[in-house]
Amino acid sequence: MNIVVVGLSHKTAPVEIREKIAFEADTLAGRLAQVLALPSISEAMIVSTCNRVELYAASMRPEQACAELQRFIGECHGVSADELNAHLYSYTCQDAVRHVFRVTASLDSMVVGEPQILGQIKTAYGHACDCKSAGLVLNRFMHKAFSVAKRVRTETAIASNAVSVSYAAVELARKIFDSLENKTVMLVGAGEMCELAAKHFVRYGVSKVLVTNRTFSRAESLAESFDGVAVNFANFREQLHRVDILLSSTGSPDYVISAADLKAACKIRRYQPMFLIDIAVPRDIDPAAGKIDSVYLYDVDDLQGVVQSNLKEREKEAVKADQIVTQEVGRFHDWLSNLTVRPTIVALRKQLEEVRRKELQRTLSSLGNLDEHERKMLDAMTSAIVNKILHHPTRLLKQRDCDDDKLRYLDAVQMLFDLSVQPPSDDLPELPEE
Amino acid sequence: MEPVKLLFALTTVSYLVAGVLYLTAMIGKREGAGQLGRWVLLVGIVIHAGVFAVRHTMVLGTPVTSLHESLSFFAWCLVLLFLLLDLRFRLSVMGAFAAPVATGLMMFSAFSPDVVVPLNPVLRSWLFPLHISFAFLGNAAFALSFGAGVMYLIQDRMLKSKRFNRLYRMLPSIDVLDRVNYTCLSVGFPFMTLGIISGAAWANLAWGSYWSWDPKETWALITWLLYAALLHGRLTVGWRGRRAAFFSTVAFMFLLFSFLGVSLLFDGYHTFEVFSMP
Repeated sequence: MNIVVVGLSHKTAPVEIREKIAFEADTLAGRLAQVLALPSISEAMIVSTCNRVELYAASMRPEQACAELQRFIGECHGVSADELNAHLYSYTCQDAVRHVFRVTASLDSMVVGEPQILGQIKTAYGHACDCKSAGLVLNRFMHKAFSVAKRVRTETAIASNAVSVSYAAVELARKIFDSLENKTVMLVGAGEMCELAAKHFVRYGVSKVLVTNRTFSRAESLAESFDGVAVNFANFREQLHRVDILLSSTGSPDYVISAADLKAACKIRRYQPMFLIDIAVPRDIDPAAGKIDSVYLYDVDDLQGVVQSNLKEREKEAVKADQIVTQEVGRFHDWLSNLTVRPTIVALRKQLEEVRRKELQRTLSSLGNLDEHERKMLDAMTSAIVNKILHHPTRLLKQRDCDDDKLRYLDAVQMLFDLSVQPPSDDLPELPEE
Repeated sequence: MEPVKLLFALTTVSYLVAGVLYLTAMIGKREGAGQLGRWVLLVGIVIHAGVFAVRHTMVLGTPVTSLHESLSFFAWCLVLLFLLLDLRFRLSVMGAFAAPVATGLMMFSAFSPDVVVPLNPVLRSWLFPLHISFAFLGNAAFALSFGAGVMYLIQDRMLKSKRFNRLYRMLPSIDVLDRVNYTCLSVGFPFMTLGIISGAAWANLAWGSYWSWDPKETWALITWLLYAALLHGRLTVGWRGRRAAFFSTVAFMFLLFSFLGVSLLFDGYHTFEVFSMP
């Protein structure tokens, strides 16, 4: 059995193509049934997000399955093969496994490490489960993919640094204040970005929000949404000393807050640190304020710089993550390729033969003086028991060749007897005939 | 190996292992390693106390008379205060400073001549152990405040310059570092004060004068004045942050000099040979 992936993503196709071949959620059940009806497909699921459309399938004939899936995608959305093939990728076997693990672990995302993709794939798998289009192989495959994603998240720092400006501001604040509880945030001007950042701050424990704006009513309505206090724009500078974190985004062409304002405020607050975020362009806060010891002043470019360096950090972590993926691809591949009849039966016989031999040895040595004939009798009897026990299971496993049920049996036998199955190779011993 | 040497080696190894664990916790972001490090350090400090107990029976007196013993006692005080600080702040980052420094002190101590110096009978007094305990606890507290101060300066530099390296992610917030710096200062200062007072009283008992401008006394006084100024600045003027951190690192340089430099460079009561004089 093999894994097959056919699809396209933001890396290979522009949005015009992606939107054309996206699958709508409410048509998925029908589409999955159509995919399953394809001759070489045993199991299937469809992932369709704004950045990627992919079909995952299990098949005994991977090459043929790829071709069928490619044709299926084109026919579904009425896109010609020529137009589509330039953007489609298809993977089989280990490459397919690796691709899906990387996608699920968010290593193939536009923003590496973003968490949504895992949820989207879980949803897609959920649809496949509902439609009963995922069987033994895809089930195991998807659970493995989710656990790989979890390993990547916990063992690497891939998602630990902020990659948005407003969240980067929160992270910086936590390197200045440690805990944001009991801290006061002031919004100067009521820009959208400020509002978003303020929301982040409130979520991380900031308790008090002051809002000031040239139009007082706007300040009031914004303050209300944060359970905060509106401050008159004419004299908000008098409140500066109460502020730990200040977000500024007025449309003013000149500086709204001077270095002298801040110096005075710092003195009143006995040089407790202040974190100033100037999102406005042109800037609102005199850059000279950054020279004050207890003032940490960041403008939009500074925050953008932080985001950039965090992105680079993520890419470094992605290398580590890829090593984890490689490891897990190997494990999954072993499981999948061992899910074949002959090696399983060989391993099963070997296991039982081992048990028989050991027990026989023990019995013989404790019985002591037996003659050759008696020994042979015991040997023959124990062999016969093992063979009788194995007779029916072996026949069942050998019966039909390609069948989902059989894979289930193989998997069950391997688990029940804790078999370590050797990968199939040519020099396997012949199976004994019953 | 003599039992006392074995205990000493065990102590050093514990501190070393704890140091490695704390560094792993900091660099690898593994909290578990830090917790393990705390336990190893705890074992180390108990064994270390054993070293002093054994030495105490050997000399029938306070076993802190040679450079070897002083360094080792310094390490013990440092670990003790760190563990107490850890109860409050739970900062494995400070462990990544304290445990390696303690290991270094132990190694330094191992290489300085280990002579058991019976204390000159003239100097035997209950004030002597009091004096050295206060003095070394003070030193240890200031060493921790120095550690926090240096970390503060690094973190502050990165926040100001907006250029971040790996250390930025490992170090805690400047707010915590400032509080640690202050806590250590406010613990160290009373210890140092008591150390100086008990030392003066002891000198009066042994030599008949409270203060004789011996080089160590002079340098210790300078250091004490520096720390007094820093504490004053913090409490009344509202110094904090970078300025306080910087000041505490400078003051610690003076402290180091008056602890090691003076003993090794100048003559006076505090050179270690003086204890063995008949």
